[in-house]
Amino acid sequence: MSKSKPIYLDYASTTPVDERVAEKMLEYMTFNNNFGNAASRSHSFGWQADEAVELARSHVANLVNCDPREIVWTSGATEADNLAIKGIANFYKTKGKHIITSKIEHKAVLDPCRQLERHGFDVTYLEPNEGGVITPEAVKDAIREDTILVSIMHINNELGTINDIASIGELTRDNGIFFHVDAAQSTGKVNIDLSTLKIDLMSFSAHKTYGPKGVGALFVRRKPRVRIEAQIHGGGHERGMRSGTLATHQIVGMGEAFRLAKEEMTNDTEKVLEFHEHFLEEVKKIDEIYINGDIQNKVPNILNVSFNFIEGESLIMGLKDIAVSSGSACTSASLEPSYVLRALGRKDELAHSSIRFSFGRFTTKEDVKNTLKLLSNVVDRLRELSPLWEMHLDGVDLDTVEWQAH
Amino acid sequence: MAYSKKVVDKFENTLKNPEKFNVGRFDPKDGDVGTGMVGAPACGDVMKLQIKCKKEGNQHIIEDVKFKTYGCGSAIASSAELVEMLIGKTLDEAKEIKNKDLVEVLELPPIKIHCSVLAEDSIKQAIEDYESKQ
Repeated sequence: MSKSKPIYLDYASTTPVDERVAEKMLEYMTFNNNFGNAASRSHSFGWQADEAVELARSHVANLVNCDPREIVWTSGATEADNLAIKGIANFYKTKGKHIITSKIEHKAVLDPCRQLERHGFDVTYLEPNEGGVITPEAVKDAIREDTILVSIMHINNELGTINDIASIGELTRDNGIFFHVDAAQSTGKVNIDLSTLKIDLMSFSAHKTYGPKGVGALFVRRKPRVRIEAQIHGGGHERGMRSGTLATHQIVGMGEAFRLAKEEMTNDTEKVLEFHEHFLEEVKKIDEIYINGDIQNKVPNILNVSFNFIEGESLIMGLKDIAVSSGSACTSASLEPSYVLRALGRKDELAHSSIRFSFGRFTTKEDVKNTLKLLSNVVDRLRELSPLWEMHLDGVDLDTVEWQAH
Repeated sequence: MAYSKKVVDKFENTLKNPEKFNVGRFDPKDGDVGTGMVGAPACGDVMKLQIKCKKEGNQHIIEDVKFKTYGCGSAIASSAELVEMLIGKTLDEAKEIKNKDLVEVLELPPIKIHCSVLAEDSIKQAIEDYESKQ
Protein backbone atom coordinates (compact mmCIF):
# COMPACT_ATOMS: atom_id res chain seq x y z
CA MET A 1 0.00 0.00 0.00
CA SER A 2 2.87 2.34 0.78
CA LYS A 3 4.01 2.32 -2.83
CA SER A 4 0.63 3.33 -4.19
CA LYS A 5 -0.84 6.81 -4.08
CA PRO A 6 -1.98 7.85 -0.59
CA ILE A 7 -5.70 8.06 0.12
CA TYR A 8 -6.78 11.68 -0.22
CA LEU A 9 -9.05 12.84 2.61
CA ASP A 10 -8.18 16.51 2.58
CA TYR A 11 -10.82 17.91 0.23
CA ALA A 12 -11.43 20.88 2.51
CA SER A 13 -7.87 21.94 1.81
CA THR A 14 -8.17 21.63 -1.94
CA THR A 15 -9.93 19.42 -4.46
CA PRO A 16 -8.57 17.91 -7.64
CA VAL A 17 -9.75 19.61 -10.82
CA ASP A 18 -12.59 17.58 -12.31
CA GLU A 19 -11.49 16.04 -15.63
CA ARG A 20 -14.44 17.71 -17.36
CA VAL A 21 -13.23 21.07 -16.03
CA ALA A 22 -9.64 20.49 -17.11
CA GLU A 23 -10.82 19.64 -20.62
CA LYS A 24 -12.75 22.88 -20.91
CA MET A 25 -9.80 24.89 -19.63
CA LEU A 26 -7.53 23.46 -22.30
CA GLU A 27 -9.73 25.08 -24.93
CA TYR A 28 -8.64 28.54 -23.79
CA MET A 29 -4.89 28.63 -23.99
CA THR A 30 -3.13 27.75 -27.22
CA PHE A 31 -2.97 29.34 -30.69
CA ASN A 32 -5.15 26.59 -32.14
CA ASN A 33 -7.74 27.28 -29.52
CA ASN A 34 -9.13 30.44 -27.97
CA PHE A 35 -6.38 32.51 -26.35
CA GLY A 36 -7.78 36.02 -26.78
CA ASN A 37 -7.89 38.84 -24.26
CA ALA A 38 -11.46 39.33 -23.09
CA ALA A 39 -10.84 43.07 -23.00
CA SER A 40 -9.95 43.22 -26.73
CA ARG A 41 -13.00 44.76 -28.40
CA SER A 42 -11.55 45.01 -31.90
CA HIS A 43 -11.41 41.39 -33.07
CA SER A 44 -13.01 37.99 -32.75
CA PHE A 45 -10.25 36.59 -30.53
CA GLY A 46 -11.30 39.07 -27.87
CA TRP A 47 -15.00 38.61 -28.47
CA GLN A 48 -14.72 34.85 -28.07
CA ALA A 49 -12.76 35.16 -24.85
CA ASP A 50 -15.30 37.66 -23.56
CA GLU A 51 -18.11 35.30 -24.43
CA ALA A 52 -16.43 32.46 -22.53
CA VAL A 53 -15.86 34.70 -19.50
CA GLU A 54 -19.48 35.84 -19.47
CA LEU A 55 -20.78 32.30 -19.81
CA ALA A 56 -18.60 31.29 -16.86
CA ARG A 57 -19.91 34.29 -14.92
CA SER A 58 -23.47 33.14 -15.51
CA HIS A 59 -22.60 29.62 -14.29
CA VAL A 60 -21.24 31.03 -11.06
CA ALA A 61 -24.23 33.34 -10.65
CA ASN A 62 -26.57 30.46 -11.39
CA LEU A 63 -25.18 28.31 -8.60
CA VAL A 64 -25.84 30.97 -5.97
CA ASN A 65 -28.88 32.57 -7.62
CA CYS A 66 -27.65 36.09 -8.25
CA ASP A 67 -27.28 38.40 -11.24
CA PRO A 68 -24.11 37.65 -13.28
CA ARG A 69 -23.33 41.36 -13.12
CA GLU A 70 -22.87 40.91 -9.37
CA ILE A 71 -19.89 38.56 -9.83
CA VAL A 72 -16.36 40.03 -9.81
CA TRP A 73 -13.49 37.71 -10.75
CA THR A 74 -10.55 37.55 -8.38
CA SER A 75 -7.45 35.39 -7.97
CA GLY A 76 -9.16 33.36 -5.27
CA ALA A 77 -11.19 33.57 -2.09
CA THR A 78 -8.31 35.26 -0.26
CA GLU A 79 -8.35 38.15 -2.69
CA ALA A 80 -12.16 38.23 -2.61
CA ASP A 81 -12.08 38.47 1.21
CA ASN A 82 -9.47 41.22 1.06
CA LEU A 83 -11.42 43.14 -1.57
CA ALA A 84 -14.68 42.87 0.37
CA ILE A 85 -13.31 43.83 3.77
CA LYS A 86 -10.79 46.51 2.82
CA GLY A 87 -13.06 47.63 -0.04
CA ILE A 88 -16.01 48.32 2.28
CA ALA A 89 -13.89 49.70 5.10
CA ASN A 90 -12.12 52.19 2.88
CA PHE A 91 -15.21 53.25 0.98
CA TYR A 92 -17.41 53.74 4.03
CA LYS A 93 -14.87 54.82 6.63
CA THR A 94 -16.54 58.18 7.10
CA LYS A 95 -19.71 56.34 8.13
CA GLY A 96 -18.04 54.38 10.89
CA LYS A 97 -14.93 52.47 11.79
CA HIS A 98 -16.22 49.40 13.55
CA ILE A 99 -16.10 45.91 12.04
CA ILE A 100 -17.45 42.67 13.49
CA THR A 101 -15.93 39.31 12.62
CA SER A 102 -15.20 36.09 14.50
CA LYS A 103 -12.29 34.21 16.01
CA ILE A 104 -12.89 31.20 13.78
CA GLU A 105 -12.62 32.99 10.44
CA HIS A 106 -10.04 32.01 7.87
CA LYS A 107 -6.80 33.99 7.97
CA ALA A 108 -7.88 35.61 4.70
CA VAL A 109 -10.48 37.47 6.77
CA LEU A 110 -8.57 37.85 10.04
CA ASP A 111 -5.40 39.28 8.52
CA PRO A 112 -7.15 42.05 6.52
CA CYS A 113 -9.03 42.93 9.73
CA ARG A 114 -5.74 43.15 11.64
CA GLN A 115 -4.38 45.34 8.87
CA LEU A 116 -7.39 47.66 9.15
CA GLU A 117 -6.86 47.87 12.91
CA ARG A 118 -3.43 49.27 12.17
CA HIS A 119 -5.19 51.93 10.14
CA GLY A 120 -7.50 53.06 12.90
CA PHE A 121 -10.42 50.65 12.56
CA ASP A 122 -11.89 48.91 15.56
CA VAL A 123 -12.56 45.20 15.13
CA THR A 124 -14.64 42.92 17.37
CA TYR A 125 -13.70 39.23 17.15
CA LEU A 126 -16.68 37.16 18.24
CA GLU A 127 -16.25 33.93 20.19
CA PRO A 128 -17.98 30.85 18.79
CA ASN A 129 -20.25 28.80 21.02
CA GLU A 130 -19.08 25.37 22.20
CA GLY A 131 -20.26 23.82 18.98
CA GLY A 132 -18.09 26.12 16.87
CA VAL A 133 -20.96 28.30 15.69
CA ILE A 134 -21.23 32.10 15.63
CA THR A 135 -24.78 32.82 16.75
CA PRO A 136 -26.89 35.72 15.45
CA GLU A 137 -27.30 36.78 19.09
CA ALA A 138 -23.54 37.19 19.43
CA VAL A 139 -23.54 39.39 16.32
CA LYS A 140 -26.51 41.38 17.58
CA ASP A 141 -24.84 42.09 20.92
CA ALA A 142 -21.71 43.36 19.22
CA ILE A 143 -23.44 45.84 16.88
CA ARG A 144 -22.62 49.49 17.61
CA GLU A 145 -23.66 52.84 16.17
CA ASP A 146 -20.47 52.98 14.13
CA THR A 147 -20.48 49.37 12.86
CA ILE A 148 -20.13 49.34 9.08
CA LEU A 149 -19.36 45.72 8.31
CA VAL A 150 -19.98 42.22 9.62
CA SER A 151 -17.84 39.45 8.12
CA ILE A 152 -18.81 35.92 9.14
CA MET A 153 -17.96 32.74 7.29
CA HIS A 154 -20.67 30.39 6.08
CA ILE A 155 -18.98 27.04 6.72
CA ASN A 156 -15.96 26.76 8.93
CA ASN A 157 -13.05 25.14 7.13
CA GLU A 158 -11.69 23.23 10.12
CA LEU A 159 -14.92 22.01 11.69
CA GLY A 160 -17.49 22.08 8.90
CA THR A 161 -19.92 23.91 11.18
CA ILE A 162 -22.56 26.08 9.51
CA ASN A 163 -23.37 29.61 10.60
CA ASP A 164 -26.90 30.96 10.29
CA ILE A 165 -26.12 33.54 7.62
CA ALA A 166 -29.82 34.07 6.87
CA SER A 167 -30.56 35.35 10.38
CA ILE A 168 -27.34 37.34 10.61
CA GLY A 169 -28.28 38.94 7.27
CA GLU A 170 -31.65 40.04 8.63
CA LEU A 171 -29.89 41.69 11.55
CA THR A 172 -27.30 43.52 9.52
CA ARG A 173 -29.83 44.69 6.91
CA ASP A 174 -32.13 46.04 9.65
CA ASN A 175 -29.22 47.95 11.10
CA GLY A 176 -27.88 49.30 7.82
CA ILE A 177 -24.66 47.35 8.13
CA PHE A 178 -22.93 45.56 5.24
CA PHE A 179 -22.62 41.79 5.55
CA HIS A 180 -19.78 39.85 3.98
CA VAL A 181 -19.73 36.05 3.95
CA ASP A 182 -16.75 33.87 3.15
CA ALA A 183 -18.36 30.95 1.32
CA ALA A 184 -15.20 29.20 0.13
CA GLN A 185 -16.31 25.91 1.71
CA SER A 186 -19.97 26.16 0.72
CA THR A 187 -20.30 25.90 -3.03
CA GLY A 188 -21.49 22.51 -4.18
CA LYS A 189 -22.08 21.46 -0.57
CA VAL A 190 -25.12 23.48 0.50
CA ASN A 191 -27.70 25.57 -1.31
CA ILE A 192 -27.08 29.29 -1.45
CA ASP A 193 -29.85 31.56 -2.66
CA LEU A 194 -28.63 35.12 -2.81
CA SER A 195 -32.01 36.31 -4.05
CA THR A 196 -33.42 35.72 -0.57
CA LEU A 197 -30.35 35.97 1.66
CA LYS A 198 -29.66 39.50 2.89
CA ILE A 199 -25.98 39.27 2.14
CA ASP A 200 -24.07 42.11 0.49
CA LEU A 201 -20.79 40.44 -0.38
CA MET A 202 -19.81 36.80 -0.70
CA SER A 203 -16.42 35.23 -1.45
CA PHE A 204 -16.00 32.11 -3.58
CA SER A 205 -13.10 29.86 -4.43
CA ALA A 206 -12.80 27.59 -7.47
CA HIS A 207 -10.35 25.06 -6.10
CA LYS A 208 -12.52 23.92 -3.22
CA THR A 209 -15.18 22.91 -5.73
CA TYR A 210 -13.21 20.87 -8.30
CA GLY A 211 -12.05 23.94 -10.20
CA PRO A 212 -8.49 25.25 -10.66
CA LYS A 213 -6.40 27.05 -8.06
CA GLY A 214 -5.72 30.74 -8.62
CA VAL A 215 -9.24 31.90 -9.36
CA GLY A 216 -12.21 32.96 -7.28
CA ALA A 217 -14.96 35.53 -7.25
CA LEU A 218 -16.63 38.14 -5.10
CA PHE A 219 -20.36 38.67 -5.19
CA VAL A 220 -21.09 42.40 -4.83
CA ARG A 221 -24.80 43.15 -4.50
CA ARG A 222 -26.37 45.64 -6.91
CA LYS A 223 -29.71 46.10 -5.14
CA PRO A 224 -29.40 47.58 -2.60
CA ARG A 225 -26.18 48.82 -4.09
CA VAL A 226 -22.89 48.05 -2.40
CA ARG A 227 -19.82 50.04 -3.31
CA ILE A 228 -16.25 49.06 -2.62
CA GLU A 229 -12.89 50.68 -3.10
CA ALA A 230 -10.78 48.73 -5.57
CA GLN A 231 -7.60 47.19 -4.15
CA ILE A 232 -5.90 46.53 -7.49
CA HIS A 233 -5.80 49.31 -10.08
CA GLY A 234 -4.80 49.24 -13.72
CA GLY A 235 -7.24 49.16 -16.62
CA GLY A 236 -10.59 49.27 -14.87
CA HIS A 237 -11.58 45.67 -15.55
CA GLU A 238 -14.53 44.19 -13.69
CA ARG A 239 -16.35 47.52 -13.60
CA GLY A 240 -13.40 49.13 -11.93
CA MET A 241 -13.50 46.83 -8.92
CA ARG A 242 -10.64 44.56 -9.94
CA SER A 243 -8.21 45.43 -12.70
CA GLY A 244 -6.03 42.98 -14.55
CA THR A 245 -6.44 40.93 -17.72
CA LEU A 246 -8.93 38.19 -17.03
CA ALA A 247 -7.42 34.70 -16.81
CA THR A 248 -9.79 33.18 -19.34
CA HIS A 249 -8.81 29.54 -18.87
CA GLN A 250 -9.01 29.84 -15.07
CA ILE A 251 -12.35 31.59 -15.25
CA VAL A 252 -13.73 29.05 -17.70
CA GLY A 253 -12.55 26.37 -15.28
CA MET A 254 -14.34 28.00 -12.37
CA GLY A 255 -17.49 28.45 -14.41
CA GLU A 256 -17.51 24.83 -15.51
CA ALA A 257 -16.74 23.62 -11.99
CA PHE A 258 -19.64 25.64 -10.58
CA ARG A 259 -21.99 24.50 -13.35
CA LEU A 260 -21.09 20.90 -12.48
CA ALA A 261 -21.45 21.68 -8.78
CA LYS A 262 -25.07 22.56 -9.33
CA GLU A 263 -25.63 19.38 -11.30
CA GLU A 264 -23.74 17.13 -8.93
CA MET A 265 -24.66 18.62 -5.58
CA THR A 266 -27.31 16.02 -4.75
CA ASN A 267 -25.07 13.12 -5.78
CA ASP A 268 -22.00 14.50 -4.06
CA THR A 269 -23.89 15.15 -0.85
CA GLU A 270 -25.60 11.77 -0.71
CA LYS A 271 -22.33 9.96 -1.19
CA VAL A 272 -20.44 12.01 1.34
CA LEU A 273 -23.26 11.69 3.88
CA GLU A 274 -22.91 7.93 3.74
CA PHE A 275 -19.14 8.11 4.29
CA HIS A 276 -19.65 10.53 7.15
CA GLU A 277 -22.12 8.26 8.92
CA HIS A 278 -19.99 5.19 8.52
CA PHE A 279 -16.85 7.00 9.59
CA LEU A 280 -18.51 8.49 12.63
CA GLU A 281 -19.97 5.18 13.70
CA GLU A 282 -16.58 3.46 13.48
CA VAL A 283 -14.46 6.22 14.93
CA LYS A 284 -16.75 6.37 17.97
CA LYS A 285 -15.65 2.83 18.82
CA ILE A 286 -12.22 4.22 19.64
CA ASP A 287 -11.86 5.19 23.29
CA GLU A 288 -11.36 8.83 24.32
CA ILE A 289 -12.13 10.60 21.08
CA TYR A 290 -13.88 13.93 20.75
CA ILE A 291 -15.78 15.24 17.75
CA ASN A 292 -15.03 18.92 17.31
CA GLY A 293 -17.88 21.14 16.20
CA ASP A 294 -21.62 20.68 16.57
CA ILE A 295 -22.42 17.38 14.86
CA GLN A 296 -26.05 18.45 14.38
CA ASN A 297 -25.08 21.61 12.57
CA LYS A 298 -22.33 20.84 10.12
CA VAL A 299 -21.65 19.70 6.59
CA PRO A 300 -20.94 15.97 6.21
CA ASN A 301 -17.83 16.43 4.07
CA ILE A 302 -15.75 17.64 7.01
CA LEU A 303 -15.19 15.66 10.20
CA ASN A 304 -12.82 16.93 12.87
CA VAL A 305 -11.81 14.49 15.59
CA SER A 306 -9.46 14.78 18.56
CA PHE A 307 -7.72 11.60 19.68
CA ASN A 308 -6.94 12.25 23.29
CA PHE A 309 -3.42 11.43 24.58
CA ILE A 310 -1.95 11.36 21.07
CA GLU A 311 -0.22 14.27 19.40
CA GLY A 312 -1.74 15.04 16.01
CA GLU A 313 1.41 15.27 13.99
CA SER A 314 2.63 11.88 15.10
CA LEU A 315 -0.78 10.51 14.17
CA ILE A 316 -0.42 12.03 10.72
CA MET A 317 3.04 10.52 10.42
CA GLY A 318 1.64 7.18 11.46
CA LEU A 319 -1.11 7.56 8.87
CA LYS A 320 1.38 8.23 6.13
CA ASP A 321 -0.77 6.59 3.48
CA ILE A 322 -3.64 8.92 4.26
CA ALA A 323 -3.60 12.61 3.36
CA VAL A 324 -5.34 14.55 6.14
CA SER A 325 -4.82 17.81 8.06
CA SER A 326 -4.13 18.35 11.73
CA GLY A 327 -4.81 21.13 14.21
CA SER A 328 -1.52 20.24 15.81
CA ALA A 329 0.99 23.02 16.32
CA CYS A 330 3.73 20.93 14.81
CA THR A 331 2.08 20.93 11.42
CA SER A 332 1.60 24.68 11.31
CA ALA A 333 4.24 27.26 10.59
CA SER A 334 3.35 29.23 13.73
CA LEU A 335 3.87 26.37 16.23
CA GLU A 336 0.49 27.28 17.73
CA PRO A 337 -2.24 24.69 17.91
CA SER A 338 -5.37 25.43 15.92
CA TYR A 339 -6.80 28.80 16.93
CA VAL A 340 -10.21 27.56 15.86
CA LEU A 341 -10.18 24.66 18.31
CA ARG A 342 -8.85 26.87 21.06
CA ALA A 343 -11.65 29.32 20.39
CA LEU A 344 -14.12 26.48 21.05
CA GLY A 345 -12.62 26.21 24.50
CA ARG A 346 -10.92 22.91 23.78
CA LYS A 347 -7.93 22.22 25.97
CA ASP A 348 -4.62 22.74 24.18
CA GLU A 349 -3.82 19.05 24.26
CA LEU A 350 -7.07 18.24 22.50
CA ALA A 351 -6.32 20.89 19.91
CA HIS A 352 -2.89 19.29 19.43
CA SER A 353 -4.50 15.89 18.92
CA SER A 354 -7.06 16.86 16.29
CA ILE A 355 -7.31 15.52 12.76
CA ARG A 356 -9.56 16.87 10.04
CA PHE A 357 -10.90 14.26 7.64
CA SER A 358 -12.63 15.69 4.60
CA PHE A 359 -14.35 13.64 1.94
CA GLY A 360 -15.21 14.54 -1.63
CA ARG A 361 -16.39 13.60 -5.08
CA PHE A 362 -13.64 11.05 -5.72
CA THR A 363 -13.61 9.39 -2.30
CA THR A 364 -14.51 5.70 -2.43
CA LYS A 365 -15.96 3.28 0.10
CA GLU A 366 -12.64 1.46 0.02
CA ASP A 367 -10.81 4.67 0.95
CA VAL A 368 -12.98 5.11 4.00
CA LYS A 369 -12.73 1.46 4.99
CA ASN A 370 -8.94 1.37 4.67
CA THR A 371 -8.56 4.64 6.54
CA LEU A 372 -10.64 3.42 9.46
CA LYS A 373 -8.68 0.19 9.67
CA LEU A 374 -5.34 1.95 9.66
CA LEU A 375 -6.58 4.65 12.02
CA SER A 376 -7.62 2.38 14.85
CA ASN A 377 -4.37 0.48 14.51
CA VAL A 378 -2.16 3.58 14.60
CA VAL A 379 -4.14 5.11 17.47
CA ASP A 380 -3.60 1.94 19.52
CA ARG A 381 0.12 1.90 18.78
CA LEU A 382 0.66 5.57 19.54
CA ARG A 383 -1.26 5.23 22.78
CA GLU A 384 0.95 2.33 23.75
CA LEU A 385 3.78 4.83 23.30
CA SER A 386 2.06 7.63 25.19
CA PRO A 387 2.91 8.32 28.83
CA LEU A 388 -0.36 10.26 29.07
CA TRP A 389 -2.39 7.25 28.02
CA GLU A 390 -0.53 5.16 30.60
CA MET A 391 -1.36 7.72 33.30
CA HIS A 392 -4.96 7.83 32.13
CA LEU A 393 -5.23 4.04 32.43
CA ASP A 394 -3.64 4.26 35.90
CA GLY A 395 -6.43 6.64 36.86
CA VAL A 396 -4.25 9.75 37.10
CA ASP A 397 -6.12 13.00 36.49
CA LEU A 398 -3.80 14.80 34.07
CA ASP A 399 -5.15 18.17 35.11
CA THR A 400 -3.74 17.68 38.62
CA VAL A 401 -0.22 16.86 37.45
CA GLU A 402 2.42 19.55 37.75
CA TRP A 403 3.96 19.54 34.30
CA GLN A 404 7.41 20.79 33.52
CA ALA A 405 6.63 23.00 30.58
CA HIS A 406 9.62 24.03 28.61
CA MET B 1 6.93 18.04 6.58
CA ALA B 2 10.50 17.84 5.60
CA TYR B 3 11.73 15.12 7.91
CA SER B 4 15.00 13.36 7.45
CA LYS B 5 14.76 9.73 6.48
CA LYS B 6 16.38 8.92 9.82
CA VAL B 7 13.55 10.47 11.80
CA VAL B 8 10.92 8.78 9.67
CA ASP B 9 12.61 5.39 9.93
CA LYS B 10 13.14 5.68 13.66
CA PHE B 11 9.55 6.72 14.21
CA GLU B 12 8.11 3.99 12.02
CA ASN B 13 10.29 1.26 13.45
CA THR B 14 9.41 2.27 16.99
CA LEU B 15 5.73 2.26 16.12
CA LYS B 16 5.95 -1.13 14.45
CA ASN B 17 8.06 -2.80 17.06
CA PRO B 18 7.74 -0.95 20.36
CA GLU B 19 9.32 -3.64 22.52
CA LYS B 20 12.46 -3.85 20.43
CA PHE B 21 12.79 -0.09 20.67
CA ASN B 22 12.46 -0.03 24.44
CA VAL B 23 8.94 1.27 24.78
CA GLY B 24 7.54 0.36 28.17
CA ARG B 25 7.95 0.99 31.85
CA PHE B 26 9.74 -0.13 34.99
CA ASP B 27 8.30 0.16 38.46
CA PRO B 28 9.36 3.67 39.43
CA LYS B 29 9.60 2.61 43.08
CA ASP B 30 12.39 0.12 42.44
CA GLY B 31 15.69 1.18 43.99
CA ASP B 32 17.66 0.57 40.80
CA VAL B 33 15.27 2.60 38.61
CA GLY B 34 15.44 6.31 37.90
CA THR B 35 12.51 8.12 36.26
CA GLY B 36 12.45 11.39 34.42
CA MET B 37 9.37 13.02 32.95
CA VAL B 38 9.51 16.36 31.17
CA GLY B 39 7.27 18.48 28.96
CA ALA B 40 3.56 19.25 29.18
CA PRO B 41 0.51 18.04 27.29
CA ALA B 42 -0.51 21.60 26.51
CA CYS B 43 2.82 22.15 24.74
CA GLY B 44 2.34 19.04 22.65
CA ASP B 45 5.07 16.84 24.08
CA VAL B 46 5.77 14.79 27.20
CA MET B 47 8.70 12.41 27.52
CA LYS B 48 9.05 9.78 30.18
CA LEU B 49 12.40 8.05 30.44
CA GLN B 50 13.38 5.34 32.91
CA ILE B 51 16.83 3.94 33.46
CA LYS B 52 17.65 0.70 35.26
CA CYS B 53 21.19 0.62 36.63
CA LYS B 54 23.57 -1.85 38.16
CA LYS B 55 26.58 -1.16 40.28
CA GLU B 56 29.99 -2.30 39.10
CA GLY B 57 32.71 -1.25 41.48
CA ASN B 58 32.34 2.50 41.91
CA GLN B 59 30.45 2.87 38.68
CA HIS B 60 26.74 2.80 38.05
CA ILE B 61 26.02 1.36 34.63
CA ILE B 62 22.78 1.81 32.71
CA GLU B 63 21.65 -1.71 32.09
CA ASP B 64 18.30 -1.08 30.49
CA VAL B 65 16.10 1.83 29.52
CA LYS B 66 12.38 2.21 28.90
CA PHE B 67 10.51 5.20 27.56
CA LYS B 68 7.14 6.53 26.54
CA THR B 69 6.66 9.71 24.58
CA TYR B 70 3.65 11.81 23.68
CA GLY B 71 4.63 14.19 20.94
CA CYS B 72 5.35 14.72 17.31
CA GLY B 73 7.26 12.28 15.16
CA SER B 74 10.64 13.79 15.88
CA ALA B 75 10.00 13.81 19.63
CA ILE B 76 9.30 10.10 19.47
CA ALA B 77 12.32 9.49 17.23
CA SER B 78 14.53 11.57 19.56
CA SER B 79 13.52 9.52 22.58
CA ALA B 80 14.06 6.22 20.80
CA GLU B 81 17.47 7.36 19.58
CA LEU B 82 18.51 8.60 23.02
CA VAL B 83 17.54 5.31 24.61
CA GLU B 84 19.89 3.44 22.31
CA MET B 85 22.70 5.84 23.15
CA LEU B 86 22.21 5.25 26.86
CA ILE B 87 22.31 1.48 27.18
CA GLY B 88 25.63 0.23 28.54
CA LYS B 89 26.89 3.69 29.49
CA THR B 90 27.99 4.71 32.96
CA LEU B 91 26.03 7.53 34.56
CA ASP B 92 28.98 9.84 34.08
CA GLU B 93 29.07 9.03 30.40
CA ALA B 94 25.30 9.44 30.12
CA LYS B 95 25.53 12.91 31.62
CA GLU B 96 27.78 13.86 28.74
CA ILE B 97 25.09 13.22 26.13
CA LYS B 98 23.86 16.52 24.79
CA ASN B 99 20.90 17.48 22.70
CA LYS B 100 23.12 18.39 19.78
CA ASP B 101 24.24 14.77 19.55
CA LEU B 102 20.63 13.88 18.76
CA VAL B 103 20.26 16.80 16.37
CA GLU B 104 23.24 15.49 14.43
CA VAL B 105 22.27 11.84 14.37
CA LEU B 106 18.65 12.49 13.39
CA GLU B 107 19.35 15.56 11.24
CA LEU B 108 16.63 17.49 13.07
CA PRO B 109 15.54 20.75 11.43
CA PRO B 110 15.82 23.93 13.56
CA ILE B 111 12.09 23.93 14.29
CA LYS B 112 12.43 20.50 15.95
CA ILE B 113 15.45 21.19 18.14
CA HIS B 114 13.24 21.51 21.21
CA CYS B 115 12.51 17.77 20.88
CA SER B 116 16.18 17.02 21.45
CA VAL B 117 16.35 19.47 24.36
CA LEU B 118 13.44 17.67 25.94
CA ALA B 119 15.27 14.36 25.51
CA GLU B 120 18.38 15.74 27.19
CA ASP B 121 16.29 17.06 30.09
CA SER B 122 14.60 13.70 30.52
CA ILE B 123 17.87 11.83 30.97
CA LYS B 124 19.19 14.45 33.41
CA GLN B 125 16.06 14.07 35.48
CA ALA B 126 16.14 10.28 35.38
CA ILE B 127 19.75 10.28 36.60
CA GLU B 128 18.91 12.73 39.39
CA ASP B 129 16.04 10.52 40.48
CA TYR B 130 18.26 7.43 40.48
CA GLU B 131 21.06 9.14 42.37
CA SER B 132 18.66 10.43 45.00
CA LYS B 133 17.78 6.81 45.79
CA GLN B 134 21.37 5.66 46.32
